[in-house]
Amino acid sequence: MARLIRKRETLLFAIIVVMIAIFSTRAADFATPENLAGIFNDTSILIILALAQMTVILTKSIDLSVAANLAFTGMAIAMMNAAYPDLPLVLLILAAIVIGACLGAINGFLVWALEIPPIVVTLGTLTIYRGMAFVLSGGAWVNAHQMTPVFLSVPRTPILGLPVLGWVGIVIVLLMYVLLRYTQFGRSAYATGGNPTAAVYAGIDTGWTKFLAFVLSGALAGLASYLWVSRYAVAYVDIANGFELDSVAACVIGGISIAGGVGSVAGTVLGALFLGVIKNALPVIGISPFTQMAISGAVIILAVAFNARRERNRGRIILRDRAAAEVRTEAAA
Amino acid sequence: MSTVSTHEKRVIPDRLGTPFRRILASWEVLLFAVAILIFIFNSLASPYFLDAWNLSDATFNFTEKAMIAFAMALLVISGEIDLSVAAIIALASTAMGAAAQLGIGTPGLVAIGIGTGLACGIFNGVLVSVLKLPSIVVTIGTMSLFRGISYIVLGDQAYGKYPADFAYFGQGYVVWVFSFEFVLFIVLAILFAILLHATNFGRQVYAIGNNDFAARFSGIPVERVKFILFLLTGVMSGVAAVCLTSRLGSTRPSIAQGWELEVVTMVVLGGISILGGSGTIGGVVIAAFVMGLVTFGLGLLNVPGIVMSIFIGLLLIITIAIPIIARRVKLMSSR
Repeated sequence: MARLIRKRETLLFAIIVVMIAIFSTRAADFATPENLAGIFNDTSILIILALAQMTVILTKSIDLSVAANLAFTGMAIAMMNAAYPDLPLVLLILAAIVIGACLGAINGFLVWALEIPPIVVTLGTLTIYRGMAFVLSGGAWVNAHQMTPVFLSVPRTPILGLPVLGWVGIVIVLLMYVLLRYTQFGRSAYATGGNPTAAVYAGIDTGWTKFLAFVLSGALAGLASYLWVSRYAVAYVDIANGFELDSVAACVIGGISIAGGVGSVAGTVLGALFLGVIKNALPVIGISPFTQMAISGAVIILAVAFNARRERNRGRIILRDRAAAEVRTEAAA
Repeated sequence: MSTVSTHEKRVIPDRLGTPFRRILASWEVLLFAVAILIFIFNSLASPYFLDAWNLSDATFNFTEKAMIAFAMALLVISGEIDLSVAAIIALASTAMGAAAQLGIGTPGLVAIGIGTGLACGIFNGVLVSVLKLPSIVVTIGTMSLFRGISYIVLGDQAYGKYPADFAYFGQGYVVWVFSFEFVLFIVLAILFAILLHATNFGRQVYAIGNNDFAARFSGIPVERVKFILFLLTGVMSGVAAVCLTSRLGSTRPSIAQGWELEVVTMVVLGGISILGGSGTIGGVVIAAFVMGLVTFGLGLLNVPGIVMSIFIGLLLIITIAIPIIARRVKLMSSR
């Protein structure tokens, strides 16, 4: 099974490489290291949100409120920055993570304590959080000139050719890899989604695990909100509108099973990069950016079909093996 | 728990009696009471509320969404969901707009609108019932695909030149204050109520939602029923697209943005279990009125649309949470 998963990731990686090769025949400097670093930097926020989404999906849930969370938290810290320019940046980033985590905890609590289906909870909080962003700002924008220079410059500062934004993405990827692979929470998340009944019998508190997944998702959305507002140097109610779908798309493309329990950090990152490369390539090869929505829709459907086929095959093989084993034991008896 | 004496003759009734108290405590009656409360509150809060024409205008807030909600209710009862309904409206509206530019008349436009809805429904249905993919993700994908096609066709442009008699569907009145849309809403409510509560097909939908495995073993063509439900949802989205396009008189790719949420909210508020297997069309009808009254009342009080959406979101979560909390409290007190 480990080999199967590795195969999925290598396949996706190969597709991305081929795509970059094709695009660079149309635009010569597409494949230069600088441009590729730029694409990675550009995709970092999506990678972070996709990893947040992945953690939730692993536990058999879904978080459609990540983008609304980002909008609200981004608006909150942008307004804090505009109103109190003396606040140190570290405090603002901490505030973003805490606010995001609190919004995530609301989702998590409703799913954990009241056992409301996650899709309903987050569809509801999606509108509530975005509406709250409007209430908070009164519909006003926070523009670049209202933000402090430090607030704007930190994620843009290049280190070794890659801006801090990109490095934050890399750090989060590594942290998530360790968290999901080597910690009790990570293993519980896989178990909760993979087989909830077995997880309960194994002594895992599945509700609590889901709650933690939502809190983590919210905290990452909070962190992403600072990166987003700082990168685009503006905060308004509609920022990142529809971005929750991109995060789900990245997961599905990366081979995360929507039924929970299956998928890897590497897959999600590659899924996000896949979307990032397409997004950056469209204008380069002269295709209207309006096609992007349809492309990601088509890719989601194809990826789901591909995932389902793989899962079904695996199920059949298990059945066949078990049936074969039974036949063998019967023959022996 | 009292033990039943073994000497007594035990009878299993064909059908549970419906004592008055149970009817009173049912979701639909509760919701109806809420609707009346909102009605009274609104008429006290604004002097403009109790006016036949104002109330008639208010019905436009929910009629189009409710048409989709009827089909969605059946889909949710069967254990599936369709998040692409608003995107189907966008695509159907775009198709109608493109046809109108070519000078196609009103009957043709209606056929194209409903036909596009049908095609989208078939597409969803094939993905879910033939390829057996999970409907939540599939329809998130098709939502992005359908609206994406509208964006490819229209970009930042808009279609506007619709024939004059096309306006009837969204702006016409059948008698007095009763608009075409409202009458269509009532007719569809009755048709869907009959389909769900008085036909074989309706019983099959409930059976699938309660236990899709058992339904299969009792000879119900599960995949076919689900396919028909997706098709039906597509058609109803097409019908809603005709009404909405006719009412607005123009088409942009962002038309009906976010409606999938409001339709799902309406369905859940109407007492349809999101886990499938239970609920009634009557509940959805009352829920449509409740949502229409809330948004209309807030509108009269000059509350902006995005703040209204907070109320809709809260309404969705609270209405699902209340029965769960009530059950918990009852369970705790009975111990």
